Amino acid sequence: MQLEAENLACNRGGRVVFAGVSFIVAAGEALTVTGRNGAGKSSLLRLIAGLVRIAAGRLELRGGEREAPIGEQAHYLGHQDALKPSLSVAENLRFWTEFLGGRTPVETALEAVGLEPLSDLPAAYLSAGQRRRLSIARLVSVARPLWLLDEPTSALDAASQTRLAELMRAHLKGGGLIIAAAHGPIGLDLARELRMGPQ
Amino acid sequence: MSALSALLVRDMRVAVRVGGGALMGALFFLIVVTMVPFAVGPDLNLLARIGPAILWLGALLASLLALDRLFATDYEDGSLDLLMTGRVPLELAVAVKAIAHWLTTCLPLVVIAPVLGLMLNVELSAMGWVALTLLAGTPALTFIGLIGAALSVALRRGGLLLAVLVLPLTIPVLIFGVAAADAAIVAGASFGPAFTILCALSLASLVLGPIAAAAALRHGLE
Repeated sequence: MQLEAENLACNRGGRVVFAGVSFIVAAGEALTVTGRNGAGKSSLLRLIAGLVRIAAGRLELRGGEREAPIGEQAHYLGHQDALKPSLSVAENLRFWTEFLGGRTPVETALEAVGLEPLSDLPAAYLSAGQRRRLSIARLVSVARPLWLLDEPTSALDAASQTRLAELMRAHLKGGGLIIAAAHGPIGLDLARELRMGPQ
Repeated sequence: MSALSALLVRDMRVAVRVGGGALMGALFFLIVVTMVPFAVGPDLNLLARIGPAILWLGALLASLLALDRLFATDYEDGSLDLLMTGRVPLELAVAVKAIAHWLTTCLPLVVIAPVLGLMLNVELSAMGWVALTLLAGTPALTFIGLIGAALSVALRRGGLLLAVLVLPLTIPVLIFGVAAADAAIVAGASFGPAFTILCALSLASLVLGPIAAAAALRHGLE
């Protein structure tokens, strides 16, 4: 499986965010997207997820499902956590697992991010880092080949960052693809870098 | 199918829990209908005559009350992005959200309408018919409102815009809803034609509403 982007361009609100972005990510590879604020890192991830229209260029997931759009084969972990404060931790995760078509038991996924003692707590009482971990649990409970992570380590403590790095390494080992927007290191040694912004 | 039932259950749970606002519609309906006899005065014949219209108008306003939050909360917390990356067509997901909204907001209105009819001196025998017109007509209100909710999703305080957009479109529903409800009360008037058109309006908006709302959401997120 291989994600190929050729001369991608993105317009938002009549303004060119980026243009001429090309990269190839193969199975088992990670790509970190770096650049100053406003360089279009988040826009690139949203564009790959199908949430923003491609203004120009070509984007293709070779070896993926032909019929399904890339967004349906990808996990998009954005800045927002997509959690309902009045639902419990387990209810939030169970909903996304069922809606996105995951098969892994919710308990296993909660254990992977260290949240299983809190599974009955309403999400309203979670800290920012715990909320982040709960959305990361989605990546475990629903198997999708492409992970699009927007600053995945934000708000995470050192232990959780290590745990996330382990999850990412396991995903890459299983033939997955990761594209992560980041300002600092995300814990993957072999990640290639795509620098966005004015050349 | 399980993805859609999960969405239905989640939306209904969120609506009935703290901060959900499922009962706000019913309470608002109760207040509006209670105010009318105070405004009109204790003329029982007049109240009986305008009763069905008041019930319909109250239900219309109450059903719009929570509608602006239908997509706005999902937009603000990022759920809408994930709903779009699901395997389910957005049109179906949107329709299921509308059904959850109808079940938690409009169905309680239908249930309490007969009780509120007592305050408006509507005959007890006619109340079942009035409730039936609400049952048949309120889906149209929800599914027409769905389009407005999708259009105003990215706006802060989109509720007022929603009402301005949606209320004119609900006029046909109001006309035939009140006509059918009146026919149930006035002897000799025929209930069938108005009620049939009311059902047709609901069925048409059931089909068109989700398609238009999904298109508006896709366009609005860019």
